[in-house]
Amino acid sequence: MSIILYTIATLAIIGASAAVILYFVAQKFKVFEDPRIDEVEESLPSANCGGCGYAGCRAFAEACVKASDLGDLNCPVGGAETMESVASILGLEAVKKAPRVAFIRCNGTCDHRPKTNSFDGASTCAISASIYSGETGCEYGCLGYGDCVASCEFDAIDLREGMGVPLILDDKCVACGACVEACPKNLIELRKMYPKGRKVVVACRNEAKGGVARKSCEVACIGCGKCEKVCNFDAITIENNLAFIDSDKCKLCRKCVSVCPTHAIIEVGFPPRKVKEEDKESSTAK
Amino acid sequence: MNNLLTVAPSPHVHSNDSTQKIMYRVVYAMVPLLAWSVFVFGLDALRVTLIAVVASLAFEYLIQKYLLKVKPTVTDGSALITGILLSFNVPSNLPWWIIVIGALAAIGIAKLSFGGLGSNVFNPALVGRVFLLISFPVQMTSWPVNAQSGIDAVTAATPLGIMKEGGSMSEILNSLPSISDMLIGNTGGSLGEISAVLIILGGLYMLWKKVITWHIPVAVLGTVAAIAAIMWLINPEVYVNPIYHLLTGGLMLGAVFMATDMVTSPMTPKGQIIFGVGIGLITISIRMFGAYPEGISFAILIMNAFTPLINNYVKPKRFGGK
Amino acid sequence: MLKTFKLGGVHPPENKLSADKKIENLPLPKTVFIPVAQHIGAPATPIVKRGDEVKTGQIIAKSSSFVSTNIHSSVSGKVKKVDVSADSSGYSKQGIFIDVAGDEWLEEIDRTEELVKEFNLDGSEIVKKIQDAGIVGLGGATFPTHVKLVPPKGMKAEVLLLNGVECEPYLTSDHRLMLEKADEILVGVQILMKAMNVEKAVIGIENNKPDAIQLLTEKAKNYNGVSVVALKVQYPQGGEKQLINAVTGKEVPSGALPIAVGAVVSNVGTAFAVYEAIQKNKPLFERVVTVTGKGVSKPSNFKVRVGTATSELVEAAGGLPENTGKVISGGPMMGRAIASLDVPVTKGTSGILLMQKEESERGEVLNCIRCGRCVSVCPMGLEPYLLMTLGEKHIFDRAEDERVMDCIECGSCSYTCPSHRPLLDYIRYGKGKVGQIIRSRKK
Repeated sequence: MSIILYTIATLAIIGASAAVILYFVAQKFKVFEDPRIDEVEESLPSANCGGCGYAGCRAFAEACVKASDLGDLNCPVGGAETMESVASILGLEAVKKAPRVAFIRCNGTCDHRPKTNSFDGASTCAISASIYSGETGCEYGCLGYGDCVASCEFDAIDLREGMGVPLILDDKCVACGACVEACPKNLIELRKMYPKGRKVVVACRNEAKGGVARKSCEVACIGCGKCEKVCNFDAITIENNLAFIDSDKCKLCRKCVSVCPTHAIIEVGFPPRKVKEEDKESSTAK
Repeated sequence: MNNLLTVAPSPHVHSNDSTQKIMYRVVYAMVPLLAWSVFVFGLDALRVTLIAVVASLAFEYLIQKYLLKVKPTVTDGSALITGILLSFNVPSNLPWWIIVIGALAAIGIAKLSFGGLGSNVFNPALVGRVFLLISFPVQMTSWPVNAQSGIDAVTAATPLGIMKEGGSMSEILNSLPSISDMLIGNTGGSLGEISAVLIILGGLYMLWKKVITWHIPVAVLGTVAAIAAIMWLINPEVYVNPIYHLLTGGLMLGAVFMATDMVTSPMTPKGQIIFGVGIGLITISIRMFGAYPEGISFAILIMNAFTPLINNYVKPKRFGGK
Repeated sequence: MLKTFKLGGVHPPENKLSADKKIENLPLPKTVFIPVAQHIGAPATPIVKRGDEVKTGQIIAKSSSFVSTNIHSSVSGKVKKVDVSADSSGYSKQGIFIDVAGDEWLEEIDRTEELVKEFNLDGSEIVKKIQDAGIVGLGGATFPTHVKLVPPKGMKAEVLLLNGVECEPYLTSDHRLMLEKADEILVGVQILMKAMNVEKAVIGIENNKPDAIQLLTEKAKNYNGVSVVALKVQYPQGGEKQLINAVTGKEVPSGALPIAVGAVVSNVGTAFAVYEAIQKNKPLFERVVTVTGKGVSKPSNFKVRVGTATSELVEAAGGLPENTGKVISGGPMMGRAIASLDVPVTKGTSGILLMQKEESERGEVLNCIRCGRCVSVCPMGLEPYLLMTLGEKHIFDRAEDERVMDCIECGSCSYTCPSHRPLLDYIRYGKGKVGQIIRSRKK
């Protein structure tokens, strides 16, 4: 019986002393933290994706609390809603930023871009790109092994095995930028998001001369310049045999789509047009 | 499509070796032991081995295909080895359902739950054996009689059991089988541990085929022999001759077949020697000062846990110094 | 006991199918594409344009920095255009297209076959002439030779090592060159010794070339300070650091150059090119290339003009075999598989290997079984299984600590791995990333 009493007493004393020591240590080494950091962190999506440019949601919360205005700070995952609540917690102005979405600027799927060799190394884009230009004649195009898919924490990219080029799912993409980093060919771009998921994009990054580009892929941009001439909004520039549409200037008028001789410019999210001549199926949309 | 040239990063040739070949070479090294165990213990030995092997293969296939939903890798030979080694570590009169549980522990817990071949920390066959030893101590220590010995009984003690039992040194030495018997395998024990000669032969085969290197078996046996010899020299009345330590308690089986399992042992020769010495130390400590009659299984499992640490700190000799 | 390097190594089957085939001149092609970047360092700058007439041996692109070199035309004819074309990696690189007409050489080049032993240039004049001739390491690394001959401040060369090892399976170009141009090589060695101001030169030859060992040992008696050492047949015996370790017993410290242990290594083909440059005023525009493979009907050693398309060599060796899986520029351990036969022969092309389909496919990749074979075969004492995992998981700072930059990319690890893991693929990737990190740190 006494054994049990001794045991209870010993454990009770150990517990009590530990509690007292911990209390004093906690007081002595207490780090003062602005309680607003916790509040702001609560309102964030907790994805810890790094899309804001900070190392996780807590670091972003700290940066917000320290900042005097939220101009440079944006959480792409939470978007305007989250920045509004952060702004109201801190008593600052929320800066409205246009939402963006990622797009893989390559339409060289297997039916457009024939294979010229077969790659038998470790199947990741990074390794393949560091040694070889790819399995096709286009050295700028998508390799299709899916480093972007692996980097996406929001399951927003569909590998589309067998098609040769993955597809970014707009409704899931939060424009965090992870895939942009992951692609060794710099094919992915963060573009302004339009309503109904519409876009007009040059789905090509081939900077080789027109003839060479066209030979390796049916829907390559040959740098002919017709799109640049027809654009009334100065949204298109041609550099290194390649056209580029600035999404911030584009008004989705689609004049460039109809003049592009190789259908390198694609329109996504529009109802099908009534066209007289046969229009080659080059859209990557559903 | 077939006329396309293949491109790949170098190298473009590969040696003839493959994981499957290595695994099957280990199986060949174990076949003489299996044959001898059937000779000594009768068809019961075959029964135990078959049940262990079939259970191991079946569990691996079922768990991989239906639970983990990955491609089953039963043909690579590793589950086969686990099954055979598990059976080598149990008495031949073990009930079938206990063997099946052992296989489940070995494959399901020790191997697949850690990530499959290459990711397991502990030797699967040993985990199975220790699991059974602790869960079914009676059945796992009721050793059958050696069919050759002619003793009129159903169960008999193993040599190590005799040594642990105590009594005066002369009593122990009288009850122990002769050294030649222990070398050839005319003693009691589990299926695989009885014949030192066949274990050594199996080990030499694996050395020749470059499946294992000498470092681990020599380190284990050397450490056990050295410490046993020191203790014997200090007090020959209490501590037996080191030869008896070497030839009993599954030490040779453990040193040659279990400790050398490549997945759970260090990658560098220096690390392997440290690993082997550790096993030897723990084994001899458990045997001399511990409650269990044999320590090799626990010793190997404990040192398996140290393998990642050894790999981390023991680096191979670098070219260019430092 | 033959000398050899101490750590690691593997023994791939030798397959020296063309060892007894004399060097033949490959007939001139109709056009050539001469890349301006055939060497380590900055690409050369073209100095010709469309329509220019050029002669064989004429300089067509100038060196653009110290670590760079000149490019000379290997044919005579008219420049078709200066444009890009796919190199062995498939990426488009700049070069000069020339339509071949006749074979008119520059007048100053001595085309006679007689051996010229005497030379009376001093060290710096020799280096200058080597630089002008566009000589680069012909072992495959293509490092500009004139840079190697000028040691950094405070370092001095003690010995010149000649790499006659040719440890790659299938390749025999160095072997044939040693048999057929032994004296020329030895004179080249002496010229290099003068350029570096060393008294001692050792030619290392693998023991599977006994005829070359015997011939060179005999002839070296007539050349002061030159000796021959037979080395054990083991891959990668011909690796620079391994060769130094085998012959001198010293180990080049991690991150340092061979000159740090007083050694400079040069390929025997480079020594021959140096002889031709100094004694015959001939710049580097042609080299010996082995064309070989198990299905090839006429394995051969051709003397090829730089810029010739690979297809020409394959035709001359009997055509592309039916079941060819890979076309490899170089040897099977470190060579580069090319995607098209239009890729030109460059200064660094030592051989063209036509590999059959059955041999061209990699085995199925399995889990690492931690067997440790990769660690035991690595000649640099690294841990390939660990470097692959670090590369996969992008842990580059640890990869740098584990000395990934020491890797010589010999391929022994991938060759040995029983689970067919693509160890070298990931190690190379890791090296690239760590190299980037190191370079950005220096800035």
